[in-house]
Amino acid sequence: MSKILNVDRLRKSYSSGGNDLTVLEGISFAVPSGTTFAIVGPSGSGKTTLLGLCAGLDTPDSGTVEVCGQDLGSLTEDQRAALRNEKVGFIFQNFQLLPTLTALENVSVPLELQGFRGAGETARTLLQKVGLADRTHHYPSQLSGGEQQRVALARAFANRPEILFADEPTGNLDGHTGQRVVDLLFDLNQEAGTTLVIVTHDMELARRCDRILRLQGGRMLEPEEPSKP
Amino acid sequence: MKQNSVNGKRAGISWLFRMAWRDGRAGLRRLALFMSSIVLGIGALVSIQNFGNTLEDTIAGQSRELMGADFLIDSDRPANEVVQQLMDSLGGPASREVSFLSMALFPGKEGSKLIRVRALEGEYPLYGKLVSRPLAASAAYQGEGRALVDATLMVQFGLQPGDSIKIGNKVFPVGGSLLEAPGNTVVSTSVAPAVWIPLRDLEATGLVQTGSRLEYAYYFRAREGQDLERLYDQLDPLLDAEEADMDLHTDTSQRLGRRFENVGRFLKLVAFIALLLGCLGIASSVQLYMKEKRAFVAILKCLGASRRQTFFIFLIQVTAIGLAGGILGSVLGLLLQEVFSGVAADFLPVELAWAIHWGPVLTGMGLGVVMAVLFGLLPLLSSWLVSPLSVLRIGQPDPVLSRWLTGAVLVVVAAGIWAVAAGLLQDPLRALWFVAATMAAFLVLGGMAWGGMRLIRRYFPHSWGYEARQALLNLFRPNNQTLVLVVAIGIGTFLISTLYFTQDMLLARARLEDNTPSANLILLDVQAGQQEGVAGIMRPMGLPLVENIPIVTMRLHQISGRNVDDLRRDSTSTINGWILNHEFRVTYRDTLIASERLVAGEWVPRFVETTGPIPISLSDNVARDAQVGVGDTLVFNVQGVLMDTRVASIREVDWGRLQLNFSVVFPTGVLEAAPRFHVMTTDAPEEAVSARFQQELVRAYPNVSVLDIRQLLGVVGDLLQKLSWVIRFMAFFSILTGFIVLLGAVRTSRFQRIRESVLLRTLGASSRQLLKITALEYCFLGAIGSLMGVLLALAGTQLLAYGLFEVSFVPSAIPFLVVFPLISLAVLGIGLLNSRAVLRSPPLEVLRREGV
Ligand SMILES: Nc1ncnc2c1ncn2[C@@H]1O[C@H](COP(=O)(O)OP(=O)(O)OP(=O)(O)O)[C@@H](O)[C@H]1O
Ligand SMILES: [Mg+2]
Repeated sequence: MSKILNVDRLRKSYSSGGNDLTVLEGISFAVPSGTTFAIVGPSGSGKTTLLGLCAGLDTPDSGTVEVCGQDLGSLTEDQRAALRNEKVGFIFQNFQLLPTLTALENVSVPLELQGFRGAGETARTLLQKVGLADRTHHYPSQLSGGEQQRVALARAFANRPEILFADEPTGNLDGHTGQRVVDLLFDLNQEAGTTLVIVTHDMELARRCDRILRLQGGRMLEPEEPSKP
Repeated sequence: MKQNSVNGKRAGISWLFRMAWRDGRAGLRRLALFMSSIVLGIGALVSIQNFGNTLEDTIAGQSRELMGADFLIDSDRPANEVVQQLMDSLGGPASREVSFLSMALFPGKEGSKLIRVRALEGEYPLYGKLVSRPLAASAAYQGEGRALVDATLMVQFGLQPGDSIKIGNKVFPVGGSLLEAPGNTVVSTSVAPAVWIPLRDLEATGLVQTGSRLEYAYYFRAREGQDLERLYDQLDPLLDAEEADMDLHTDTSQRLGRRFENVGRFLKLVAFIALLLGCLGIASSVQLYMKEKRAFVAILKCLGASRRQTFFIFLIQVTAIGLAGGILGSVLGLLLQEVFSGVAADFLPVELAWAIHWGPVLTGMGLGVVMAVLFGLLPLLSSWLVSPLSVLRIGQPDPVLSRWLTGAVLVVVAAGIWAVAAGLLQDPLRALWFVAATMAAFLVLGGMAWGGMRLIRRYFPHSWGYEARQALLNLFRPNNQTLVLVVAIGIGTFLISTLYFTQDMLLARARLEDNTPSANLILLDVQAGQQEGVAGIMRPMGLPLVENIPIVTMRLHQISGRNVDDLRRDSTSTINGWILNHEFRVTYRDTLIASERLVAGEWVPRFVETTGPIPISLSDNVARDAQVGVGDTLVFNVQGVLMDTRVASIREVDWGRLQLNFSVVFPTGVLEAAPRFHVMTTDAPEEAVSARFQQELVRAYPNVSVLDIRQLLGVVGDLLQKLSWVIRFMAFFSILTGFIVLLGAVRTSRFQRIRESVLLRTLGASSRQLLKITALEYCFLGAIGSLMGVLLALAGTQLLAYGLFEVSFVPSAIPFLVVFPLISLAVLGIGLLNSRAVLRSPPLEVLRREGV
């Protein structure tokens, strides 16, 4: 199976007030296409930092990240953006919908960015799929947290990404709502074969994934190990 | 394939517009606020521009009507043979005119009045309207030997057609009132209203004598297709030699246009300053706006939008706001026209044909876009640097443009302002000065604010109470906007105070009260033999003879040994032409007067020798224009007698004073025997006495004209009032714009303040304490900013006054007593109003609102 995400000897440090703080060190792993992958670890262990690096939102000090066969280090910022637009989806703990756009418009944006005609129709179908057909013209502030996350989900899948990054997608939701969102996530993975990379505190959710990466103090606690045979 | 897909098909321009609209529609009210800061400035500019264009068109279109002819030849002496021949070669004038100032009496009525007599012959005006009441009077006055009298004068003295008017020795029946005639303005009319009489009756008035200042004009109709410019080039030099002058109808309109150009330029600058102030508002609003849009930008980038795409979305919004501001401003400007029309009507000899000119309207819209984009550029560019990483992490550091890029953008902004100013003023160099001065004001204010803040920090008042200390400390919080706010407030105050101080300066320049001569009646053209008689009328009425100034008219014959005729023909001569043709009105006396100061040479009071050149004194401007210095010789032609003179001294003369000043002064003992006339002044404390005296004087000596200073001051005061009203009106725009900017500036820092006060509250500060801290902080801000603005304005205008106008003025107290406290209060008010919600809402709610 081809590896959709390849991370090799990644190192990231922040310098603040003169002294360097190494946040990530010696991170290497690969995610096969179509699988689900969890990143877990205590607060401050560097999970979000790692996710940002994998998605090309940030640049590492050393090491390489390859997404869909492209070495992110060789791309310009705009090229990385274009890559994200075409192949990558995102889900965030705090949803990150565009507050001034309606639900429908939010879902349409990734498609419109690709110059896709009929973005509205596709977006409507996606919203229907996540059970929000009747909320298309609502603004994010008029939706509940769970509804917002479902809109974010629809938006993440709008461009049929090959890989989807989720940073604590259920962190701001109650158990029941969180469960619905997670189910949707896995359904879409099943249907479209999208690779999932999920950062979570929730071990139950992590265990549903094909693999788990444990981080502690910026290092991999143990080599990636299948939780399921 | 991979590389291709990265650069593959992307969203087009229409998507950018769609996103700009989607995002903008929610915050329309906010955007409207920051648009409004430029509307006023643009409105003012457009109205001035449109007024200027209307004026230009009107004048250019009616130049023939203004002159009443295609061209004219004028002179202060009757046409001699040469001029007569030239005029004959042109087919002869269509009409002739002799005009002069004189007093008029109205038999059977009380009072007398200084008038301008226009003795006409032939068909005049050749173009334009001559409207009289009754209508037939204007056609009949020539044949019937009647006078046409200015309509206001008719009303003033209760005249009816059929009454009489006495000019000199002749009584004319009044044929009718003159309602409209070429070249009449309310201003000229209120000083000396016109009375038209037939030229053939001029002799009978007995006013044509030596010493009377008569102006001769000959009006011509051009032949079909005649090239007037060429005619002018041919004839003017010939006429010049005969001390006559040719004027084309286009010259008259150009002269008139130029007179308004300076006023227009000044008003444009004032309006432009209002616009610049508004642009500061745009800059700070866009800054705030982009700060709030950072999450939006980050999410878009995360979803795959390029830096350029996100930049353009907001550029489109700012452009649209600028355009909307430009359109609204233009509409406002066109409505404002009315304001100028009322004021201008009194100055203009023409009816304005109001029209909407597309030039100014387009300029207004263009200005809106250009200025908004220029001033929004820096904050807009920061969107370029927003990292998509902010999506994962709240509180990413502010994107900071590199110093180099910031500098480059600022240079572009400065160049843009300069280009706009140059376009408005039609004068790149002056615009450069203007921009430099504006920048200097910004820099000085910024520097003062920065230095002041450092001083406060250095000598921090540790002994103050907690609230005051906290308020002061707030000014230094990280990420503070103090400098920007102080500069914005300072500039606003600076502009407003400058307007006041400039007014003080101009008033000092034209100070009428202080320099009002102790005399208020000036008697012109008193013949040498009439002095005693005039004094005899004054005495019984208790009127003092304040001054009795002899005047001898003369022309230059030789300058430093060269004949004036030669100089006139010499094309290499750089001597100013007016010197060669001017009829100098010269006096003689043994002392300097208050308005004069000796700058070179030696003042010679008396000439006692019988030989050698006469030592005279020149004013500095005449010496400069004639290119002579102390010791050079001049030969004057005093009514046929040549007099050798030597420049003994040069005087600086303050022409601005309402006083009789002379460019050439002879010592006593030379001109006493020359044909001369006198100017006598007296002081009539009561209006009634003044009127009785004038009437009696004119009855006895019809050739004497009386300038009534009291009346004149009334006219001048009226005009000043109107002008200063226009200036105040424009200043009001700046003030209003300043407050809008202030609102934006305070809003810019609002969110930061919310966070801080919530923090203090959670730590247990009471509402009272918070209110006090906030109020004190805004007090500090407002007071520091506005005080610096007032002081800078004072320093600037004083410098200008010394350097340029050579006056010193006592600044009015208004900026200190009104502007400074008012602006401080306004800052406090706007600040507190904006914090009201913050201070009232419970901390938790604010924290939650802030959290997401
Ligand atoms: N810009 C930065 N400058 C300095 N240190 C940073 C910066 N961003 C993150 N860090 C540090 O990096 C470390 C890892 O942060 P990160 O957000 O990746 O942790 P995390 O595993 O996602 O934690 P959590 O579960 O709480 O979200 C933390 O110790 C954090 O303080
Ligand atoms: Mg995290």
